[in-house]
Amino acid sequence: MSDETKVDLELDLKGLLCPLPMVKVSQNIGKVEVGGVIRAVATDPGAMADIPAWAKSTGNEVLQAEKVGGEFVFLVKRVK
Amino acid sequence: MSEEESHQKSLAMVVMSGDMDKLFGAFIIATGAAAMGMEVTMFFTFWGLRALKKNVSTGKTFFGRMLGLMYGGDITKSNPSKFGFGGMGRWMFGKMMGNHNVSKLIDLRDLAIDLGVNMYGCQMSMDVMEIPQESFIGGVKEPVGVGFFLLKAQEADISLFI
Repeated sequence: MSDETKVDLELDLKGLLCPLPMVKVSQNIGKVEVGGVIRAVATDPGAMADIPAWAKSTGNEVLQAEKVGGEFVFLVKRVK
Repeated sequence: MSEEESHQKSLAMVVMSGDMDKLFGAFIIATGAAAMGMEVTMFFTFWGLRALKKNVSTGKTFFGRMLGLMYGGDITKSNPSKFGFGGMGRWMFGKMMGNHNVSKLIDLRDLAIDLGVNMYGCQMSMDVMEIPQESFIGGVKEPVGVGFFLLKAQEADISLFI
């Protein structure tokens, strides 16, 4: 699925710890249009729980949350 | 951002502690909540007031100045609630957190202000401890009392005492 999704913004969250991965996604979601997608790469395992929780709370959508090697790759879609 | 989906959720927090570890908790929760789209109120009282201060001396009376000397400085002077060791603990935790790339407390506080967290000093403890509004960093709102906090807490979905 990740291959066919068009990414509008890349976010490098590597090395950041709680709460910053979630905060950075939140600060950047406004930079893409509604329907746009952010691809974020984090190294904090906590982000696997936090970013989906953030999306649920703010009404956005996580299309993908995947562990790839030592990294966590998210596709986050701006819904509103 | 999300007016149409019921109401904006909110968090109201009393920050009474000036301990480094508890302030970390307070500011991590506050920044996280703000990022999740919540309205956040932080009410700083007693030992918590120093978290809002610039690195300036305070106090008018003898006791006030003594307090300003012994509990002076800014948020970077906060010690952990355990492992204090006269400043050694602060140094050690600072090192450990730096090694693990955790944000500095002062950066988290400033991030909270950037994210629109509403911070208030408690008027009464500011008077008692002789810590005026002018000694606070920019972005701190004018002091309020317990009535204001309680109203915010009544309306809040989450309220915390730290």
